[in-house]
Amino acid sequence: MKSILKPLLMIAAMAMGMTAAGTLPALALVELNVNKGNVEPLPIAITDFQGGDALGAQISQIVTADLKRSGLFAPIDKSAFIEKITNPDAAPRFDDWKVINAQALVTGSVSKEADGRIRAQYRLWDTFAGQQMAGEQFFANDANQRRVAHIIADAIYERLTGEKGYFDTRVVFIDESGAKNARKKRLAIMDQDGANVRYLSDGRSIVLTPRFSPNRQEITYMSYESGQPRVYLLQIETGQRELVGNFPGMTFAPRFSPDGQKVIMSLLRDDGNSNIFAMDLRSRSTTRLTNSTAIDTSPSYSPDGSKVVFTSDRGGRAQIYVMGADGSGQTRISFGDGVYSTPVWSPRGDLIAFTKQTGGEFQIGVMKTDGSGERILSSGFQQEGPTWAPNGRVLMFFRDSAGGPKLVSVDLTGRNEQPIPTANFASDPAWSPLLE
Amino acid sequence: MGRIAALTRNPVMIALVAMLAIAGCASKKTPNNAADLGLNGAGAATPGSAQDFTVNIGDRIFFDTDSTSIRADAQTTLARQAQWLNQYKQYAIVVEGHADERGTREYNLALGARRAAATRDFLVAKGVSASRLKTISYGKERPVAVCDDISCWSQNRRAVTTLSGAGS
Repeated sequence: MKSILKPLLMIAAMAMGMTAAGTLPALALVELNVNKGNVEPLPIAITDFQGGDALGAQISQIVTADLKRSGLFAPIDKSAFIEKITNPDAAPRFDDWKVINAQALVTGSVSKEADGRIRAQYRLWDTFAGQQMAGEQFFANDANQRRVAHIIADAIYERLTGEKGYFDTRVVFIDESGAKNARKKRLAIMDQDGANVRYLSDGRSIVLTPRFSPNRQEITYMSYESGQPRVYLLQIETGQRELVGNFPGMTFAPRFSPDGQKVIMSLLRDDGNSNIFAMDLRSRSTTRLTNSTAIDTSPSYSPDGSKVVFTSDRGGRAQIYVMGADGSGQTRISFGDGVYSTPVWSPRGDLIAFTKQTGGEFQIGVMKTDGSGERILSSGFQQEGPTWAPNGRVLMFFRDSAGGPKLVSVDLTGRNEQPIPTANFASDPAWSPLLE
Repeated sequence: MGRIAALTRNPVMIALVAMLAIAGCASKKTPNNAADLGLNGAGAATPGSAQDFTVNIGDRIFFDTDSTSIRADAQTTLARQAQWLNQYKQYAIVVEGHADERGTREYNLALGARRAAATRDFLVAKGVSASRLKTISYGKERPVAVCDDISCWSQNRRAVTTLSGAGS
């Protein structure tokens, strides 16, 4: 199996200061306050990176697409540019950029090193302050061209918003093809923008609900390959697979603990109900967390590992509950009008995303961890299964329309919904942490 | 995995399908069962065969939305199934539980499992040996009806009693 998560050994970052700019007194630089309710997208000009033939334009295009899709930036059309950047290391003519209202400007260059590596560098300029805000260079091998662009986009995003980016990430999902009553489902992985799709299973067995390990190297998922549906562990790089636990019945709805040492999942009881168990991947010991004559499923750890949020229909219809990681203090937190499921704890710890069914609709929403402050971000005929971007500001989920599911992202304002391009139908997305 | 695939692997079954197709009997007593297998006739199957079970007894029951209780019409079907299964003891049995698409994936896996268990328990209560019975849930992953409305969803909320014939 081809290595796809090989550490980016060749990437090295180096800060680049402009001697002149570096000595300027600190001015109030342009910044985006993403905590405001209604963020006006920041007009930004992203010029083609110099050199590298088509590669310079391609890097610029990937950076532009990433920033635009975030909803926080409004990249300015290149045809409006007045100054043609010829030396990306020299200060631009700021007036030329102010007049087209570019509050921030990105210049850069890309070149081939003697050893075959690519060297990409960028500079971020505050046009109204007339000063450089950031500058870095990266070295990468050919296979990581797109990653370099995503890393630059993350750096710009972080410099301008004060929040970590999420562009240098991957998504595991289920690729779906064929008729609805004979759907072929394959485990697949791609970059967060839909590029570089690779298949991790052959489609002979139904596979569902893949989830990333915090170490980025493993996936836990459910497969019917043995006949009885069970939870498996897959090493992405080697393709090595193993069964998680040796339980008598169906195991499903797996997720990793934040330290990657445990998988938490549902186990079917003989009476037809489902309870939640955690298995330590090293000692192989299992711990029962719930013991109810109900459906208890979709467990998800809080980022500090101290709590678990899950779905249960013990009160009649499916609702969201929180308990300690040892199963203590099981408490219902959702009380709205509808059925709640697929709770997922935000990586920031502040919110729980969920799917809610009400009034014939499926909604994607968030609530605080005590169940208060519910906000619906997206409503549709059939949609479910949110997953968090690692910075906790964007969700991805899947929506059924026009014959099958497709992936969609939405930010926490609910105003910026974006389709994720996939060749086939796609479902069950799970976002990776930022790559290393 | 599906029953159609299982049928095509078995030459005896293929012969039966062909025979039924030629007979072309017009009766459609249980369209949900026979039609799914491409069988247009009912009543012509050899007694004790898998076709006999599917066509004349009825291999599936349906559930109300988000419910796992066995409806009155389903109880009639299951009583008939139990009687047949107690007569033809050579079959091992797998009860498949299914859900419609109006629920989330993981919850529906659990819901399908509970429907399969409820169906199994009913058959056991009617005298079918528990050792012959296994269950599997397909959640909402194996719909038989693929439109996007209530008529479809009601057909997909089902438990299907399948005969593996391992004991024959």
